[in-house]
Amino acid sequence: MGIQHEQEIVGKVKKMVASQLGKPEDEISLESAFIEDLGADSLDLVELVMAMEDEFGVEISDEDAQRIITVQDAINYVLERRK
Amino acid sequence: MKRRVVVTGVGLITPLGTGNEKSWKGICEGIPGIRRIQKFDPSVLKTQIAGEVLDLDPVDFMDPKEIRRSDPFIQYAVAATQLALNDAGLEITEDISPDVGTFVSSGIGGLDSFQKNVIEMHERGPSRVSPFFIPSMIANMASGYVSIFFHAKGPNCCTTTACAASAHAIGDAAKIIERGDADVMIAGGTEAPILPVAIAGFNSMKALSTRNEEPHRASRPFDKERDGFVMGEGAGILILEELEFAKKRRARVYAEVIGYGMSSDAYHITSPSLDGPVRCMRRTLRDAQLNPEDIDYINAHGTSTPQNDVNETRAVKEVFNSYAYKLPISSTKSMTGHLLGAAGGIEAAFTVLALYNGIIPPTINLDYPDPDCDLDYVPHEARDIKIKTALSNSFGFGGTNASLAFRRFEG
Repeated sequence: MGIQHEQEIVGKVKKMVASQLGKPEDEISLESAFIEDLGADSLDLVELVMAMEDEFGVEISDEDAQRIITVQDAINYVLERRK
Repeated sequence: MKRRVVVTGVGLITPLGTGNEKSWKGICEGIPGIRRIQKFDPSVLKTQIAGEVLDLDPVDFMDPKEIRRSDPFIQYAVAATQLALNDAGLEITEDISPDVGTFVSSGIGGLDSFQKNVIEMHERGPSRVSPFFIPSMIANMASGYVSIFFHAKGPNCCTTTACAASAHAIGDAAKIIERGDADVMIAGGTEAPILPVAIAGFNSMKALSTRNEEPHRASRPFDKERDGFVMGEGAGILILEELEFAKKRRARVYAEVIGYGMSSDAYHITSPSLDGPVRCMRRTLRDAQLNPEDIDYINAHGTSTPQNDVNETRAVKEVFNSYAYKLPISSTKSMTGHLLGAAGGIEAAFTVLALYNGIIPPTINLDYPDPDCDLDYVPHEARDIKIKTALSNSFGFGGTNASLAFRRFEG
């Protein structure tokens, strides 16, 4: 995977969340929590994690996945792993 | 006193189009819904034709997230239910919700999801199998989704009995109302089987027509040149209501459900027996307290396979004796193709619409009658004729049979 700029990652994560959860992108902010704010259920979260793994070429353990609560958490996870 | 069950709404999604207008009118006009397959390239398959649903946009019925999470067979069920509820003018309020049930069957379930996830697992490993694979594949999820979507909190069930699945759904649902376990049932079936693996499977059984060069003429029940059934997809949903409940809200009534019978061939996994369908029709007549001569029309199972059409003809003769020759019988599969687990649902809908409108839909493509099929199959053109009582037959692999009897509603 090539080095990706933070902005690019933010854009990609938002787009992914929008398409998986059927929400317009402008309704998704960095603080949005997947379950409380975006109406996701536990199955949506599993699929979202799978999509992130595919998109960013990372492997996310079940334990790590449980700590991804908001859109910002997801972005941070990718940024840390990228280093 | 016995609780009576009436049909107050129908929702149709068939290869002739989405909505009752396109489907019922098309059937009465003898329009064939069979074409070359468009949703994928069928050129490697022996059979390259089917009755696809091409005009349905699921966005009209579900939000994008739900569409992404659900198999097409679920989407067809939700859409057909919305159409049926609109047709019945029924809103499921909080008051009535505990007494409204769902009985939406499927012969197969989410085959598209099944196929996709098996390929995914094979190519990329178990961690790539979607969390929505199981909930979009299991056959009762259409009934589950419909219950969630429309807040129906009564019984929620599904029979997975192949091509008899939705006839069983309607019959069982009517009995649920009759015995007082619900006042309203959303009943019928849905199927989305037009996929390479299903066509290949039925091809290996030599069950499908291979008349690829003439799709419109491929489904030809009771015709000497028939060479198998043509697969169709879609959903047929009926709104069943207890009569007093329907009267109280001044619902329009299409017909009354007066009889239901079921039987098993106990004979062969895929070949039909004669006595299975015979006992099934007789039980239906007994349940309806009718004599054979009381029946004015049969919507036949009529698949266009060499075996079924002769066998069903013999079974009708056995039950109806000489009256069989005076009894109009038609196969609407000549136009829709065979919708497998949804066939009984759309055909029950056509049967009640025939009673309500006084029109018997035709069997098209019956150009060269099979000498072993010598009854009145209403060839080519619909018949304007007031009828009072009708049967709908559905027979499935595994030797499972179901028949339903309906009566025109006159108060």
